[in-house]
Amino acid sequence: MAERRIDSVSGGACVIRGDDIDTDRIIPARYMKEVTFDSMGEHAFEDDRAAAKGDHPLDAERYQNAAILVVGQNFGCGSSREHAPQALLRVGFRAFVGGSFAEIFAGNCTALGLPCVTLAKRDLDALMDSVELDPTQEVGVDVEARTVTSRAGVMTAGVPEGTRTQLLDGTWDATAQLLSAGSAIEDTAAALPYLRDFAE
Amino acid sequence: MLSCAVMPKPRTLFEKVWDAHRVRELPGGQVQLFVGLHLVHEVTSPQAFAMLRELGLPVRFPERTCATVDHIIPTDSQARPFSDELAEAMMGELERNCREHGIRLLDTASGEQGIVHVIGPEQGLTQPGMTIACGDSHTATHGAFGAIAFGIGTSQVRDVLASQCLALAPLRVRRIDVSGKLATGVYAKDVILSIIRKLGVDGGVGYAYEYAGPAIEAMSLEERMTVCNMSVEGGARCGYVNPDETTFDYLRGRPKAPQGEAFERAVQWWRSTASDPGAHYDDVVALDSSAIAPSVTWGINPGQNLGVDENIPRPAELPEAQQASAAEALEYMKLGGGDPIAGTPISVAFIGSCTNGRLSDLREAARVAQTGHVAKGVRTLVVPGSQEVARQAIAEGLDEVFRAAGFDWREPGCSMCLAMNPDKLAGDEICASSSNRNFKGRQGSPQGRTLLMSPAMVAAAALKGKVVDLREVL
Repeated sequence: MAERRIDSVSGGACVIRGDDIDTDRIIPARYMKEVTFDSMGEHAFEDDRAAAKGDHPLDAERYQNAAILVVGQNFGCGSSREHAPQALLRVGFRAFVGGSFAEIFAGNCTALGLPCVTLAKRDLDALMDSVELDPTQEVGVDVEARTVTSRAGVMTAGVPEGTRTQLLDGTWDATAQLLSAGSAIEDTAAALPYLRDFAE
Repeated sequence: MLSCAVMPKPRTLFEKVWDAHRVRELPGGQVQLFVGLHLVHEVTSPQAFAMLRELGLPVRFPERTCATVDHIIPTDSQARPFSDELAEAMMGELERNCREHGIRLLDTASGEQGIVHVIGPEQGLTQPGMTIACGDSHTATHGAFGAIAFGIGTSQVRDVLASQCLALAPLRVRRIDVSGKLATGVYAKDVILSIIRKLGVDGGVGYAYEYAGPAIEAMSLEERMTVCNMSVEGGARCGYVNPDETTFDYLRGRPKAPQGEAFERAVQWWRSTASDPGAHYDDVVALDSSAIAPSVTWGINPGQNLGVDENIPRPAELPEAQQASAAEALEYMKLGGGDPIAGTPISVAFIGSCTNGRLSDLREAARVAQTGHVAKGVRTLVVPGSQEVARQAIAEGLDEVFRAAGFDWREPGCSMCLAMNPDKLAGDEICASSSNRNFKGRQGSPQGRTLLMSPAMVAAAALKGKVVDLREVL
């Protein structure tokens, strides 16, 4: 159970434009017939990449070794499959910057220690333009300071307080924290009418 | 008198359920929430069980956990071993995990197997006032009973197995008041498609949706499940309907519902979980259901839908923020802006899924099917949501109605909703589908195209070989 604090991520960035990119596109369902996540990275955005015939950002030489993925609105919508962030983690991404994120996707990312931070539309557009113009630049995602830093400037980023606390406290892998409640869990259960008064 | 009664603050169902399941506050405003029912399936659980094993942890509440197999199961024959070795391996893993941890597994031999969101309700496991979690985004379905039901990822499945809890930030609540009366040929599916069209595919981010108003109150539980099911397509993590007599009637006599006198005690509590008059909502939205037409999607997300009598939008006519997505959608769908959606030829018709694979869905589709025969060149799949749904449908002769009309009657599972089993589109086939997602590649072919609609509309499209206005068929 990890207790690793994640306060910032920095490195090269990659831009995937477009809104409402769903988790079926990030990892097509046919590759989920696995009992581990090990092979997920091989199939990240597979159909989009095939359709783009080598012209997909993930296949671009300039974006190799990128650690930060910059995306549009409502990224990761659809299926709850953790296979999606698992695939992107295996591709090498350590943080996501976007207009907005679907909640289950963002929760799955947090559970893997991958920050998802949001930018206002104007800032996001500027960051995308900047990274596309100069993919060699280093982009910094600072969870603690709530900023995204790039050649486009220092931008204020959004990150929900609960998520921020989990990343900074190293409790993003929540199992240990949840278990530390001890018998309070059983006490809560025992007070629930459906477990106390009319249990099956 | 000093003991004057203090009126409790009116609360929404969401707040009441949240408060009842709160184990403790966590730093940063999150809450440790007890999960009353954990549903498990074969695709998102093996890694969670593996992590549990690595940590040397037991399942904390195996008796509050129930598993089934749905995503990968073939629908032509469910005989073991499955012909797909990967599917067989996943099934074997689920069996092993359930056996090791003492978790009840509703497998095909049990006679109670089915899509996880169909069997929870039909077994009576899903009840008002509960918190429910499952490693599947359509867990929102269970909100139809007045439960707060979260779709979760695999790490959270591990957390729930280990602790029966989730760390979550509270959601805001948006009440969606649906007035009016549905016109002939208009179904719950059309209502939720209209809601998503109106509020957007990300309009619900940060919210729980409370569906209310006369049109929702008039719905059966199965219809309410269809509405709540697609909450997540509107960006809301969960959606619910306040429990009422319809809810209690549905639950009475279900195998896992309280029985006899305990049921009456349960009803008392269930009733008390409904939102109080005067409760505060973070947002309220109104929708007149009598204005809704049978709806069809034209794009690559569920919000890109219209009435079957409308023309596909030209991207330039849409708000600027939607234009790029619309252009991308039309290119992928090979449809023309300005063209009518009615008349779009289809090659496949799929009736089933956790959205629309229940008995009432099959009845409505069969009512249409019996008026004709599947058009030449159209491939069909009718996939009941569970073994119990299949039994009831067969008892009513619905399977024969479908077969006589040229439809392919199948075994229960998720099937072509997400095509993790052999049921897939090929090439750029267009599928009229009663499922929930029209994403690119969703139905198994990277070029496959999906038109979402109600099961009756799918049946009508199958008969005519093209998208038709159901109201002209009925």
